[in-house]
Amino acid sequence: MTMSAPATNCLMKLMDNQQTLEDYKSDISPRWCTGCGNNAILAAMQKLCRTEQLPQEKTVFVSGIGCSSRFPHYMNTYGFHGIHGRALPIAEGVKMRRPDLNVFVTTGDGDCCSIGAAHWIHAIRYNMDMTVILHDNLVYGLTKMQASPTSPRGLKTNTSPTGAYLEPLNPLTATLGVSNVSFVAQGVDWVPELLYDLISEAFHHKGFSFVRVLQRCPEFMPDTFDPWLQDAEKTLLLTHKEGIQISPSLSKVYKNQELHDPSDLNRAREIASVLDPIPVGVLYRNGSVPCYDDIRRSETPYTPEVVGTALNEEFDKFTIWPAQ
Amino acid sequence: MESQLLDESRQRKQARRVPNKKRKGTSKPAKKGKGRSPSAKKSVVTLSEHVVEIISDSGEGAQRCGQSFGSIAARMGNGIWTVEIIPAEIRPPARSVAGASGNRIRVASGPVDNGGDEADLVVAFNEQVLLGRVRAKELKPGCTILMENMWRTDPDAGVAKSYAKAYEELTSAGYDVHEIPMEVECLKYVPDARRGKNMFALGMLCSIYSLDLQMARDQIAFVFAKKGAKVIEPNQELLDAGHAWAEANLSFKYEIPAEKAEVPQIVVNGNIALALGVLASGMEVCAMYPITPATSASHYLSSIFEKVGCVVHQAEDEIAACTFAIGSSYAGKCSVTITSGPGLSLKQEAIGFAVMAEIPMVVVDVQRGGPSTGQPTKVEQGDLLPACFGGHGDAPKVVMAPSSIQDCFYSMITARKIAETFHMVVVVLTDASLATSQQPFPRPQFNENWVAPPVDQSAVSENAMPYDWDARIGVAPRFTPGQPQGMHCLTGLAHDPSSHVAYDPEINEEGIRHRSQKLAAFQKTLKTPKVFGDEEGDLLVIGWGSTRGAIEEAVTRVRAEGGKVGSLHLSFLQPMAPGIKEILSRFTQVMTVENTWCDSLEEELVDESNRRYAGLALLLRARYLVDIDCWGEVKGQPIKPGSIARVIREKLK
Repeated sequence: MTMSAPATNCLMKLMDNQQTLEDYKSDISPRWCTGCGNNAILAAMQKLCRTEQLPQEKTVFVSGIGCSSRFPHYMNTYGFHGIHGRALPIAEGVKMRRPDLNVFVTTGDGDCCSIGAAHWIHAIRYNMDMTVILHDNLVYGLTKMQASPTSPRGLKTNTSPTGAYLEPLNPLTATLGVSNVSFVAQGVDWVPELLYDLISEAFHHKGFSFVRVLQRCPEFMPDTFDPWLQDAEKTLLLTHKEGIQISPSLSKVYKNQELHDPSDLNRAREIASVLDPIPVGVLYRNGSVPCYDDIRRSETPYTPEVVGTALNEEFDKFTIWPAQ
Repeated sequence: MESQLLDESRQRKQARRVPNKKRKGTSKPAKKGKGRSPSAKKSVVTLSEHVVEIISDSGEGAQRCGQSFGSIAARMGNGIWTVEIIPAEIRPPARSVAGASGNRIRVASGPVDNGGDEADLVVAFNEQVLLGRVRAKELKPGCTILMENMWRTDPDAGVAKSYAKAYEELTSAGYDVHEIPMEVECLKYVPDARRGKNMFALGMLCSIYSLDLQMARDQIAFVFAKKGAKVIEPNQELLDAGHAWAEANLSFKYEIPAEKAEVPQIVVNGNIALALGVLASGMEVCAMYPITPATSASHYLSSIFEKVGCVVHQAEDEIAACTFAIGSSYAGKCSVTITSGPGLSLKQEAIGFAVMAEIPMVVVDVQRGGPSTGQPTKVEQGDLLPACFGGHGDAPKVVMAPSSIQDCFYSMITARKIAETFHMVVVVLTDASLATSQQPFPRPQFNENWVAPPVDQSAVSENAMPYDWDARIGVAPRFTPGQPQGMHCLTGLAHDPSSHVAYDPEINEEGIRHRSQKLAAFQKTLKTPKVFGDEEGDLLVIGWGSTRGAIEEAVTRVRAEGGKVGSLHLSFLQPMAPGIKEILSRFTQVMTVENTWCDSLEEELVDESNRRYAGLALLLRARYLVDIDCWGEVKGQPIKPGSIARVIREKLK
C-alpha cells in the first residue's frame, strides 16, 4: 500500500503528536510583495509557534489595518484582523478574561505610532501579557506611499512631494519612556536568525513585549536600508547573557557589538536614541513589572449563585419596603 | 421591553397597591401664614401629591437633603420620583443664578412614573439659585417658598440689596414666601452651618409633610453610616431642630397618605438600576471612559463587580473602551460599554466592526444634550438616529430604550440575550433623566437564567465554517478562541462563510443580506406594544424612552376631559415591533412627543418640504407612510405632563 505525501505527514504527526511548520500556515498564501519584510516576520513567527508547540486554538493574532495587519490571515490560529489603530485595545480585551490564550499583536508604523498612538502608550503602561511586533517599514504601504510617523525627514511621498517635513518619531525611545515598560527589543528583517531569537525572547517575557522590526518595503522604499545591508558596521548587536546570544558565524559578519545589560534602562534609552548604527537586540527587560491582567484577575469563581448572592445583597441595601 | 426572549425570565409585576387612607384631591392649604406666628393648632391638609424642590449652591447638601426626603417618603410607602438638579460645573460661583444644585421630589399617595409639573414648594438656601428656577419656569404660580433669610443682613451691601430685591420680586409675583432663619438656628447646634443646614431643612420638610421623624433619624444614620456617630448625631440633632422649628413657626402642615405596596420595593436611580442589570445579565466585562451622565453607572458597577470576579475597565478613551469590549466579547461572554452621546460618536467605527464581524456587544448610551459637548448634565433624546444609523455603511443593529427605572435594570438582561442569540450589537438608549431619577419598583427576584452560560470551548466539527449563515434567519455559528478546529481569521473586510476576504462580487452582498436578515428574524420575536388609553380615537401620541410616564399622565388628564386619545410607547426602535401600522390606522391623527428638536411649521421658513422631524417621527413616517406630526422640547429638562397635555389639547382642537 502506498500513501500520498500529505497522508504520510498526517500519520507521522499523529504518531509523535508534533505540530509542524505547515500546521501553523493557513490555507491562504501571503499577498505581500516579494522581498517585503513581513515575509521574514511571518516565517519567524511560524517557527516560534512550531518550536513552542503552541496549540493553534489557544493562540490569537490580533492586528489593525495596513499591509502588515494582514498577518493573522496567514496563520492557522485564531486571528482578529481588526480596526485601524485599535489592535492593542482589542488584544487587551481578548487577554483580560483569557489568561490561557497566547496573544500576539502585529501592527504597522502607521497603525501603532500614528492612528493608534494613544493606545500604544497605554498598552505599555497596562503591561498585559502579550507579544507585540511593530512592523516598521517607515512608510504607509497599503494606502500607497504616504509619510508615516517614522518616515525619514526628506522622504518624498504622495503627501510630502518635496520631502517629509519632520524628524521621525523614535518608537524605541517613546516606548522606553513610558511607565511600566517591561520589554523592548529591536530586530531587522535582513538578519532572520536574530529576528527569531528576539521574537522568542519577547514571547517568553511575561508582560507587554514590544519588538520593533525594521523591515524593507520593496515597492515604496526599495533603497532605504541599502547602506545598512552593505555595511555590517552600521548594525550594532546588543549581546548579554540576559539578552540574545550571537552565533560565531554571525559574529564574524557583525563585529560591531556591545555588551548591554537589558536591566539598564538609562543605557537602553541612550542606545535607542542613536539611529545609526541601528541597534539590534534586547534593549530592556524587567520581569518584575506587574501585569494589569494579573492585577485585575479575581480568584472568585464566577457562578450564577455568586451573582445571585451579590445582587440580593445590593437589593437589600436599596429595599425601602418592607423595612430591612 | 416586549421581547419574548425574556418573557419567562421577567417578573414585572406591577406593584399592586392598596390605599390605606381615602384618597383626596390636591388641595391648597386653607390658610397661608407668614411663618412666624406659632400655631399650636395647625390644621393638617391632606394632599394626593406635591412637587417639592430643595436647592442650594453646589456643595451645600441640597441634593442629599432631597434624596433623603424622597427615601423617607418612599419608606413610608409613598410613590416618589426624584429629579436631580445639577449645575454643569463642579463648583459654580456661589449665589449664582445658573448654579442651582439640588433635588426635586414628586411625592404622591400612589405610584408615580415621572417628575410631574412645576414645584408646589421650594426650599432655597439663597435667593439667586431660586431666581434661576423661577426664570426656568419651574415653580407653580403661588408656590410656597422657604427662603434662607441670612442674606437680608449680609455685611456685603450688594448681597443684602439683591436679596431684598429678590424678595420683593417674588412676593409681588404672587409666591408665598417665608423667610427662614436657617443659618441662625443651625449655629445654635454647629459651628459651621454650611455643614448641616441641609438636615435642618430636612427636619422642616418632615414636619411640613408629616413624615415619621424616627424614620428620618434612621435615614441619617444610614446615609452617614460610614462616618460614624460623630457625624450622625449632630445631623440628627439638626434634623430634630428643623422639625421643631417648623412645628413651632410654620402655620401650614400637609399629609400625603401612602398607599402601601404589596410586594417588596427597592429605590434606585436609572444608572444604578442599569449597573445592577449588568451584574444580573451575566456580562463580565464593562469597558468605559468617564463621561457625564453615564459615568455614575460605572462608578456603582465598579463597587460591586469585582466582588463577583468581574471587571470594569476604565480605558484610555472611548474607542479603546469599545474595542476592549469587542475583544473580550470575541474571546468570551458578551461585554458592555457604557457611554453618553459624544462617546457614542467616537465608538461608531468600532460598532460597525462588531456588526460586520458579528461579535455580540451591548452599548449603553445615557443620552445628554447635544450636539458636541452640548448640555452634559441635562436630558435630551437626540441620539436615536445616530444609534440606528450612526456608523458608515449598512450596519444593522438592535436599538432599544428603557422607559422607566425598572426597565433600565431588565433592559441589560434582555440586551445581553439578544446580542448573544443573534451575534449582534444592541444599543440601549437611556438618558440623563432616567440616569439620575429615583423611583421605587418591585424588588427583582433573581433568576439564574438571566446569567450568560459558560463560554463554549468544545471542538468545532470538522469543515464547519465560522460564517455559515443560516439561509433563513441569517445567524452564523460563533467560534471562540479555545475551540479546537474553529481557527479562522475574523475580519472587518467583506468576507465569505470561511471568513476569507471576499473578492467575489456576490459574496459581499451575501454577507450584507444575512446580517440584515438577523434583524428581520429578531423582529419576529417581538410582540405588538399595547396602546395606553383609548384604543382608537382622534389622536395617538407615540414616544420612546424616559418620556413614557409624562406622556401617559398627559393622556390620562386629557381623557378625563373627554379627549379621545391614546399613546404608544416603543421599547424597540430598531427593528420596530409588528402590528404598529394597524394601530396607527385606528387614529385620525398621530404625533410623536420626544425630548429633542423638531422644526415647527409655525416658523416662517419651515414648510413640509424642509421641515426637520424628530427622530422617531422620521422613522415612523419612513416605515409606515403615515403623516405623523411631532412635538419636542430641548430645554434640558424632562418634559412635563402638563406641557404634553397642552400640546394634545391644541392638537385635538
